[in-house]
Amino acid sequence: MIIRRDVFQAIADPTRRAILVLVATQSMTAGAIAANFDTARPTVSKHLQILTECELLEQEQTGREVFYHFNPKKMKEVADFIEPFRKMWDDRFDKLENIMKKYNPDSNRGKK
Amino acid sequence: MERKTKVNAGDGQQDIVITREFNLPLELLFKAHAEAELIEQWMSHEYGTTKFVKLESRKHGSWQMETTDAQGKVAFRANGVIHEFVPNQKITRTFEMEHSPFGVQLELYVFEKLSDDTSKLTMHVIYESVAQRDQVLKLPFSQGLNMAHNRLQDIVSKLK
Repeated sequence: MIIRRDVFQAIADPTRRAILVLVATQSMTAGAIAANFDTARPTVSKHLQILTECELLEQEQTGREVFYHFNPKKMKEVADFIEPFRKMWDDRFDKLENIMKKYNPDSNRGKK
Repeated sequence: MERKTKVNAGDGQQDIVITREFNLPLELLFKAHAEAELIEQWMSHEYGTTKFVKLESRKHGSWQMETTDAQGKVAFRANGVIHEFVPNQKITRTFEMEHSPFGVQLELYVFEKLSDDTSKLTMHVIYESVAQRDQVLKLPFSQGLNMAHNRLQDIVSKLK
């Protein structure tokens, strides 16, 4: 199965958002990033992989170490403000769907 | 994961298209857009309660609604006229937020049956200008950004 790496999915995760906040202030190695979390190291690596795949983070080899940089250009894409608007409607429509699923028609409209 | 609600807002255009497929029969989806008490339910949320001052769901009818905050203060009022009302097919109306710089928008709601239990809504919203469209799109963004920022701070503070 191919999982599409999409920026919005990437930032939907709280740990990944926390990673972005960390790396936004300074470039860091995977080890230094992981040291900030209780989460297991492989889990952090997975988060870094996702963030890198969707280009929110960039890797740079310096000697033997790989540093992660924050990519503000990609972040701007996220900030392209459509997503909160979409989310607002998505939430409203989810609610609409739930309300109407419980809706009891007064009239006899037969099979629903 | 496929996102259910899609928003298409082309760069430099003054309209947007919102589409959504529902696990609801067409009749129920339409009803949820035609009856005041139902719209009030799904439009209200923890920060505000939406009530219609009036809603005349018919051709050449008009509507006005207001949203009150948790303290019962009117946060905003909006109104418009209904240009077209075809049950289970289409609603065309205008929408204007009172005392706001956003101007009036033309909204075309198209309802389609997909199967006995599923249906689709296509909302085409046309604004007065590109700038006004972008301003409206940014509204939830600036609110959401604050909330996201607070959440981020919560997370980061827990890490220390």
